[in-house]
Amino acid sequence: MDWAFTPAHVADWLGAASLVAGALLSLAAAIGVLRFPDTVTRMHAATKPQVLGVLLLLLGVALRLRTLSDLGMVALVGVFQLATAPVAAQMIGRAAYRGGRLNRDLLDADELADR
Amino acid sequence: MTGSGPGAPPPRGVRAQLGRRRDQLIAVGWLVLVWNLLWGDFSWGNLLGGLLVAAGVLVFFPLPSVTFGGRLRPRGLLVFGARFVVELVRASLHVARIAVQPGYVPRSAIVAVRLRVPTDLNLALTAEALSLVPGTLIVETDRDAAVLYVHVLDVRGPADLANARKQVRIVERRVVAAVGSAAELRQVLSVPVDKESS
Repeated sequence: MDWAFTPAHVADWLGAASLVAGALLSLAAAIGVLRFPDTVTRMHAATKPQVLGVLLLLLGVALRLRTLSDLGMVALVGVFQLATAPVAAQMIGRAAYRGGRLNRDLLDADELADR
Repeated sequence: MTGSGPGAPPPRGVRAQLGRRRDQLIAVGWLVLVWNLLWGDFSWGNLLGGLLVAAGVLVFFPLPSVTFGGRLRPRGLLVFGARFVVELVRASLHVARIAVQPGYVPRSAIVAVRLRVPTDLNLALTAEALSLVPGTLIVETDRDAAVLYVHVLDVRGPADLANARKQVRIVERRVVAAVGSAAELRQVLSVPVDKESS
């Protein structure tokens, strides 16, 4: 095995690092969804680390595939992930709030209730 | 529905017609691009198929027109994009950390924040960006009053609440600085980020 410092090697290693980082963030998101006390809090875990995790995984895949048609598809997945995740989180958060599925003991302020 | 924000009456006449045509053209271009990317290569067949699909989408699923009164500012877009990435990473690491921290139960709060620019586009973009960045999630929006009800994760005291309000207004300022009109930008800059506008 040769250890030439070629761009392809660098891209492979960066891709591998992105894949691992993305997987770890997705794992943390899963733990958050499991551990957080109520639905709205869980949606935090399901949006932020999860989206960044998916983006890092996509970056890793793109760095290893390196063909134009795959890059287009990967970019598309990323764009739709960014555009849809907050909408889904808001819909679920709203439904959870209206359904009373949140732990009021852990709420410091609720200005929506004062409306 | 010809939707527009309560603060901006819908423009009428020839200019509005032109604007609507321009928006449809942009939508067709985007849909054709998506279609080609999904098939994985650009070919005449895909271009034709994309045009057919785009026309079908526009005819059968017409969207309410969004009044876009502003203009794209390259510098504002760059600042918005860069800060967005930084805060996405920061927020992700923060949520990931409190998710795995043993025995830690985060407290949260819901705060109401009135936006300074009450247009639909600003409301939507700010809400979208907020859901992905610093520890905030939208639970409810009041379109007529341009109020966002924001769920804040990991609140440790009143200082964090004030901070969350400030964050929302900062995100709004960046959105307006990227895509807003000159008048909207003045409106945003005239109210300090830590003050509630009337």
